[in-house]
Amino acid sequence: MFRIIQKERLASTITKFVVHAPYIAPKRRPGNFAIIRVVESGERIPLTLVDSDPVAGTITLIVQAIGKTTQLLCSLQEGDSLRDVVGPLGTPTPIENHGSVACVGGGVGTAVIYPIARGLREAGNNVYSIIGGRTSELVILEQEMARVSNRVITTTDDGSLGRKGIVTDPLREMLDDRSLGISAVYAIGPLPMMKAVSNLTRNYGVPTFVSLNAIMVDGTGMCGGCRVTVDGTMKFACVDGPEFDGHKVDFDELIMRNRSYTELERLAHQRYLQTTLPEHA
Amino acid sequence: MSAFNSLKPSERMKIPRQGSLEQNAGERKGNFLEVSFGFNEERAQIEAARCLECTNPVCTEGCPVGIDIRSFVQRILMKDYAGAVQTIRQANSLPAICGRVCPQEEQCEAVCTLGKKHEPVAIGKLERFVADYEMTHNLFSPPMVETKRDEKVAIVGSGPAGLTCAAELSKIGYKVTLFEALHAVGGVLRYGIPEFRLPRTILDLEAERIKAMGVEIITNFLVGRTATVDELMDEWGFSAVFLGTGAGTPHFLGIPGEGLTGVYSANEFLTRVNLMKAYQFPDYDTPIRLGKNVAVIGGGNTAMDAVRTARRLGAERAVLVYRRSRQEMPARLEEVHHAEEEGIEFLMLTNPLRIIGDEHHVVTSLECQRMELGEPDDSGRRKPIPVAGSEFSIAVDTVIEAIGQQPNPIIQSTTSGLKTGKRGVIITDDRQQTSRPGVFAGGDLSRGGATVILAMRDGKQAANSIHTYLQSVQLSTVDITDSMTG
Repeated sequence: MFRIIQKERLASTITKFVVHAPYIAPKRRPGNFAIIRVVESGERIPLTLVDSDPVAGTITLIVQAIGKTTQLLCSLQEGDSLRDVVGPLGTPTPIENHGSVACVGGGVGTAVIYPIARGLREAGNNVYSIIGGRTSELVILEQEMARVSNRVITTTDDGSLGRKGIVTDPLREMLDDRSLGISAVYAIGPLPMMKAVSNLTRNYGVPTFVSLNAIMVDGTGMCGGCRVTVDGTMKFACVDGPEFDGHKVDFDELIMRNRSYTELERLAHQRYLQTTLPEHA
Repeated sequence: MSAFNSLKPSERMKIPRQGSLEQNAGERKGNFLEVSFGFNEERAQIEAARCLECTNPVCTEGCPVGIDIRSFVQRILMKDYAGAVQTIRQANSLPAICGRVCPQEEQCEAVCTLGKKHEPVAIGKLERFVADYEMTHNLFSPPMVETKRDEKVAIVGSGPAGLTCAAELSKIGYKVTLFEALHAVGGVLRYGIPEFRLPRTILDLEAERIKAMGVEIITNFLVGRTATVDELMDEWGFSAVFLGTGAGTPHFLGIPGEGLTGVYSANEFLTRVNLMKAYQFPDYDTPIRLGKNVAVIGGGNTAMDAVRTARRLGAERAVLVYRRSRQEMPARLEEVHHAEEEGIEFLMLTNPLRIIGDEHHVVTSLECQRMELGEPDDSGRRKPIPVAGSEFSIAVDTVIEAIGQQPNPIIQSTTSGLKTGKRGVIITDDRQQTSRPGVFAGGDLSRGGATVILAMRDGKQAANSIHTYLQSVQLSTVDITDSMTG
């Protein structure tokens, strides 16, 4: 069992957990994730290891409540435990000094890009960050990102915070601004966002890394459920990734694959809502 | 004493081989309960009486772990069931599992003397009978350990190889820690073999017994990532390591359409059902997407497990697509027979060409071509050759590929000094020693894809080799100390 040491609500649907996982904590690298299972009857889901404290033996997870499992997880309190946590999984992000990089986070994807941005900054890069969300509440980790970035631009679809619009608008300006000298882009967020960013940066010939949130069961290369097509060949997101060259990813296929269980997930979610008391009653 | 005990060989030979009791096919294709109930005491008695008690029991030679089969069958006849299971346990620490999933027809029963003229003794079903007797009568007690030893040994992977190695080493007195990447122990016995062939209660019980023997079990620990083999040896204080991580990486055909929704590897399909209990969705959260028409590609035991599972999940048409003919199918005969009874269709000499989907990227059909058999290939089986112009499609909404798997590369790529061979298998000598001192390997990880019992054989052999190795290390340390003080 993996005890929740600290819980903090970042937005009405986004929660940060610090969880006791002493084996994983000292081994976490930027880009790694864990597979967790909340309860015995639960499913295994991948969550990015946002941070860790090797001395305290803790890891940090940030979760957006969107379906049954994530809602159940977000309803847990300090002192409660997760049934299972295994990690660190995936190939860590190769952190190198590119000179200047752009880090783009969309929604809860900002939680995934944060450890990478920090790693890039520690490696000596100038880090220019863009974080976006549908609305102001869904823009998270603004202060944390500010601490590891030369500049942070926020965008919201509805204009409730920062610039109104999507993340590709300021990114285009950054790429056009030759004085910044951006030589790599890291983009993590919803698949359509990563696709749009990759399409944009392709025109500039700037290498772009994306992190693919494919459907996984074991997370160790055993099931092949997370297979993605990259440069025309099959890769497993859990072991070959989760990061890939955004210019070579078949996003359309992955978007379709990630809808495989939409109906069943809705069913499970409805049932969950019917059997639990409304939280905000 | 049984009435059969005084029979002459000629009389024994006249007794027909006993069939096991089974759940009928009509019922069982709708549930996940065990297909075979095995023998009751009466049938076990009759079957045991068929054994000719050969002076040279070749059956034992046919058993990969060398069970004294003649003795245990004799004990059944004497109704000494506790003694019978003890006899088996001297050679095999997982009898309830082997009695269910071993291919006895290729091993002990294949060489049984009675089988030359008649049907062989049903050794597997007898093994299962006494193992189940032990379970229902609560006869198991952890074996006595004569000498407690200080050395720690790490076992990586809790499948049949790892469980056996752990049990054997703890009997010798070592401190054993078993690391498992998933949340439950059993490896392929847990995620691969379905409940209707191996009930989970048996697996849970074996795990409890391993614990009762003093083995520490750590789940959710992926060796290679959570800690490397090097770290286990250099920092965690393990004197030796056994690697039994199996062959978990699934192969795909590489045909167009494998990215469509509704295409599964058998590994994913079976893991969702067996490990995650997707057949109890939504009581269990893991979903599975299964249509009414399911094609399973392959001809091995995994393909058979997948297609029979699909049937139980409600597939109206469950088709096994295999590119060779029935004779070349590697699946166990008993499983093929059970599958037929359950209404599985066999589409032999058929090779999939591509998977076709609709505008939502969901599978609608499987395009195939007919094959014919040519000359034998490297495997000794006749090679399938495409028949020109024979392309045809079958309407399916789910395609499951069960065409083999290979070892997961995580350990090989994170451990120094480990030699690997074709398709990523770890190379060992015949005592399961790898190229790295102190590191041993066995089961599918070194074989590439074999059986539960061969994995157990390797686990047992590795335990003996680890014991020899640790004693020699101790001796050489003593030598050095002597020469330093001398």
